[in-house]
Amino acid sequence: MSVRLAEAPRTTPETPAPPGGRRVQGGLLDPGQLLRSLPDAVRKLNPRRMWRNPVMFIVEIGAVWSTVLAVGRPSWFSWLIVAWLWLTVTFANLAEAVAEGRGKAQADSLRRAKTDTTARRLVDWAPGGPVREEPVPAPALRQGDHVIVEAGQIVPGDGDVVEGIASLDESAITGESAPVIRESGGDRSAVTGGTKVLSDRIIVRITQRPGESFIDKMIALVEGANRQKTPNEIALNILLASLTIIFVMAVATLQPLAIFSKANEPGVPDSLALNAHGVAGIVMVSLLVCLIPTTIGALLSAIGIAGMDRLVQRNVLAMSGRAVEAAGDVDTLLLDKTGTITLGDRQAAEFIPLAGVTEQELADAAQLASLADETPEGRSIVVFAKTAYGLRERSPGELAHATWIEFTAQTRMSGVDLDDDPGGTRHLRKGAAAAVLTWVLDHGGHPETEAAGIVDGISAAGGTPLVVGEVVRGTGTDGARLLGVIHLKDVVKAGMRERFAEMRRMGIRTVMITGDNPLTARAIADEAGVDDFLAEARPEDKMALIKREQEGGRLVAMTGDGTNDAPALAQADVGVAMNTGTSAAKEAGNMVDLDSNPTKLIEIVEIGKQLLITRGALTTFSIANDIAKYFAIIPAMFAALYPGLDRLNVMRLHSPQSAILSAVIFNAVIIVALIPLALRGVKYRPSSASRLLSRNLYVYGLGGVVAPFIGIKLVDLVVQFLPGMS
Amino acid sequence: MSTTVAGVLFTGSLVFALAVVHRPLGDYMYRVYTGTRHARVERVIYRLVGAHPETEQTWASYARSVLAFSAVSVLFLYGLQRLQNHLLLSLGFKPVMTHQAWNTAISFVTNTNWQSYSGESTMGHLVQMAGLAVQNFVSAAVGMAVAIALVRGFARKGTDHLGNFWVDLVRGTLRILLPIAFVGAIILMVGGAVQNFHDPHTAQTLAGAKQAITGGPVASQEAIKELGTNGGGFYNANSAHPFENPTAWTNWLELFLLLMIAFSLPRTFGRMVGNARQGHAIVAVMAVLAVTSVTLLSFFQLAHHGTVPTAIGSSMEGVETRFGVANSATFADATTLTSTGAVNSFHDSYTSLGGMMTMFNMMLGEVVPGGTGSGLYGMLILAVVTVFVAGLMVGRTPEYLGKKIGSREIKFAAAYFLITPVCVLVGTAVAMAGTWGRGGMLNRGAHGLSEVLYAFTSASNNNGSAFAGLTASTPFYDTALGLAMAFGRFLPMIFVLALAGSLARQGRTPVSEGTLPTHRPQFVGMVAGVTVVLVALTYLPALALGPLAEGVR
Repeated sequence: MSVRLAEAPRTTPETPAPPGGRRVQGGLLDPGQLLRSLPDAVRKLNPRRMWRNPVMFIVEIGAVWSTVLAVGRPSWFSWLIVAWLWLTVTFANLAEAVAEGRGKAQADSLRRAKTDTTARRLVDWAPGGPVREEPVPAPALRQGDHVIVEAGQIVPGDGDVVEGIASLDESAITGESAPVIRESGGDRSAVTGGTKVLSDRIIVRITQRPGESFIDKMIALVEGANRQKTPNEIALNILLASLTIIFVMAVATLQPLAIFSKANEPGVPDSLALNAHGVAGIVMVSLLVCLIPTTIGALLSAIGIAGMDRLVQRNVLAMSGRAVEAAGDVDTLLLDKTGTITLGDRQAAEFIPLAGVTEQELADAAQLASLADETPEGRSIVVFAKTAYGLRERSPGELAHATWIEFTAQTRMSGVDLDDDPGGTRHLRKGAAAAVLTWVLDHGGHPETEAAGIVDGISAAGGTPLVVGEVVRGTGTDGARLLGVIHLKDVVKAGMRERFAEMRRMGIRTVMITGDNPLTARAIADEAGVDDFLAEARPEDKMALIKREQEGGRLVAMTGDGTNDAPALAQADVGVAMNTGTSAAKEAGNMVDLDSNPTKLIEIVEIGKQLLITRGALTTFSIANDIAKYFAIIPAMFAALYPGLDRLNVMRLHSPQSAILSAVIFNAVIIVALIPLALRGVKYRPSSASRLLSRNLYVYGLGGVVAPFIGIKLVDLVVQFLPGMS
Repeated sequence: MSTTVAGVLFTGSLVFALAVVHRPLGDYMYRVYTGTRHARVERVIYRLVGAHPETEQTWASYARSVLAFSAVSVLFLYGLQRLQNHLLLSLGFKPVMTHQAWNTAISFVTNTNWQSYSGESTMGHLVQMAGLAVQNFVSAAVGMAVAIALVRGFARKGTDHLGNFWVDLVRGTLRILLPIAFVGAIILMVGGAVQNFHDPHTAQTLAGAKQAITGGPVASQEAIKELGTNGGGFYNANSAHPFENPTAWTNWLELFLLLMIAFSLPRTFGRMVGNARQGHAIVAVMAVLAVTSVTLLSFFQLAHHGTVPTAIGSSMEGVETRFGVANSATFADATTLTSTGAVNSFHDSYTSLGGMMTMFNMMLGEVVPGGTGSGLYGMLILAVVTVFVAGLMVGRTPEYLGKKIGSREIKFAAAYFLITPVCVLVGTAVAMAGTWGRGGMLNRGAHGLSEVLYAFTSASNNNGSAFAGLTASTPFYDTALGLAMAFGRFLPMIFVLALAGSLARQGRTPVSEGTLPTHRPQFVGMVAGVTVVLVALTYLPALALGPLAEGVR
């Protein structure tokens, strides 16, 4: 009879319910933030910083040139245009500054955690050896140094616990105030510099190089100090730059054509836009600025920064923007069964009574025998008896003459001895089948073979069987016997099935990784609704699976915490290491989840997608805007020469001046109007590509065509009252 | 039968015929380019040029072959023109002037067939046959070869090989163009096109003057002129000349010939990438834009304004009476939508907006359906750009046919669609800036500007049709338009091949629910939208001073 021991409880941190219906959203934009970022925005006008953004750099050059022209021949019109051109550039910088400002606030709070501490370095320490310590400043610590940290002290640097166990306050990093346990050996040995030891004493081997601690990395990341452009951002920049070149060409080459046309109609008087020298410089710049994709050009870097920021808000640190983009592309999600798909511990799901025992009796006995069992399995039996059989939970004090037997790993049983049961004594035990069986035999019982069959059946199906036994003395029915079997099994977390269905709609395949046998794995996989599973998985199997998927052209995301996960984390396109994990795992992955919540992988994918969608939507919007601008500016430029072209003035704008100014103003204002969207990201609902596209095309494509017609007209209604507009 | 009904019937039957031929011809071309066996005559050719038909080329090597072959062709053609008085069948014509010979050589090698000369009074039969007609075949085959190389880039994975240029060139010429052109020529002869080597007939005109009427191998050249979307006519009057295009039904046939390969290649593409529906989507984009264009052009032509057209009831100026307004409009539309440039009526005389449509068609980048081969690769580039812009909106790194469109790919695609507008706009601006260019204009004002804009649009897009009116045989225009043709042809080809190379090297991302579907009407609409907004609208400021200024009242 092979019976599994109830596993020692794993303290996987309980998954907090994702907040707010768990749709990807960002924080709201505080209008005050715009004002606070204004000085930064102005500082960014420095051409040496501007040239990194080719589209806005062209606008800045245009603004400078227009200023020169306006100084030479001042007029209300030219100065208004000049002012709005400068505002356009400033608004673009503002978007970036606001996005960066949010990161800065976070960085500041991290810096506070990075107070300079004095480390107690151990000299020539070897495990078990004598402890000789010397005080050194924390920044002087090298890789491989050993330090000792006691309750109340700050951990001086990142490292692994090599001796002892302690509880730590990691709130400086995770924002979570509940203490966590760190101990030597195993997968919970990593400690982070800046966290505080609350109890006990540990010896830590330092794994960081000076100045490269986790907190340093975090600060650099959230500040976006050395933010690299991501591959997709680079590609988009190339497209925008080439569009800009085309429009520069289209505008610049217009001049000889305009001069020729003007010369051919000598009767037409010079207008503000057009004279014998061609189109006025300021009007040219206005046309160019309106045509080049300024909206997306202005918001592109803000979108990227905000995307990283959204991850940070969810307590996920991405080591590179590249990883965030890759998250949007993920085709296959590898999810560990325990803690991600199922609750960390097995739970009672069924009471199976033996012949002659009712379910109610068994439930009652099981509950009594489990009251003293504080393991999650034991608690789950009490809870199950209550929910399924309506048995009130009895507190140990409530029964007189009861001796409680706690669960221990040695006895593998828990139970109760009721010495004042009506007419005699009643002893109950619940625990591993072998242990309870021996106990019953020792008390003179003759257990039926029926129980063995049930126990084997449960084991074979991947569940954990626990057996309940009883010894009764002093009544008419003296004897020892087995009452029945408790079926403990994995419980799939609530809502997982729906999430996996969503994933499927998004085109993402989910694969469950488990150490269980294939039979069990299949049962859980079916229940959870994952697409595939890998049973009896060893680390090398996991690695092989990742490579196989990647060879098929798929991008793979996974989570991991153990040192043996490290190679797979490094191989995966998106490897999310749990903060509770080992340093090796954290080094190998390209993201770290500070909450150590494996389910968050799904949110990370959504954030990655949202980032790309936001870029695409604003690009489409920006390009679609051009149609209306042509209709505003071209008649304004040439209708004096060819009156027929006034037919193109479909918006019936007040005058050529007001038309051009309105287009420029709209072009600038739309940037500010879209900053919140760029920071928050386009609303994302998991659905198929086709439906997503339809919706976004409708909103940002069609909206991008229509909005400027309305917007420019509205601006014109106001602007026409300004001086110099007729 | 009213003009409108006639026009609808004419166009409708054409669409029907193209739909019928799309599949078998596309499948046939698929077999031609994917087959592994060589015909004996092909082996002989490979041995003659020293090509190894079994060795595949990298993109760079493929591009070098394209350029080398074209360079040799240009030199050969130039020499042939300059030395024609020493050669056979010269009909006594003098050597062609240097600038004109350069222009013509470039023009025929780039599949543009811009003619700054008048065929019947400049070129002898040998130049026409051994020079121009040969280029009509091979320049079309070069375009198809490059298109097929790009398709291989999509179809293959993890390789540097894009096929062998010489094999693609020879097969395209011998197995596709030659047989169809042969049949086409026979039918044209039946229809009345001339095919002879007679000396010029001298005829007495009604007014008493003497006129020399040149015959020649017209029908044979006419067939490939249309089939290869070349457009270089034997006669100056091109397809308006009764010896080239005698009747209304030969007119229909010529249209059919010039559209058939371009509209069938998407089928070949679909077969090669293993998903016929992808080909349907591409052909649908072409068809939607083409039908819209025909409708608009016919509308502008029939809804004429102006004194003379109103007086006589239609815009008949510059239109052959045997074809009529509607059929001429369809021809004008097809010839500018494909990079053919043959004309059976004179676009200069069209209504302003009608004339603008012919320009607009070319400004779309010669992609709906475009030239033989060049139309397909141009459209695929636009699909790549569309996927990049709109594809982001599904929340993934954009991918087309399982290939990721990253910075390298978008760099080549963006460079591709940058070239033509720059050639057109810079060329026009330079021409308009001084007397060197303004001197060639027949009309003044907006119409004169249209003539120049049309010329550079036509040359840069390798169309080759002329607005007429412009005297283009000046050294300036010969040189400038020649440069526009060369840049407009070969730079894009290099970028297409580079793109193909980087696509072929990639693996293939499997299709999932999260992948942007590129075979649905949604995608067709997007590509059409990108084509119009991103490509054609670039020219709006220039158009505003030309045909729009004239046409909008």
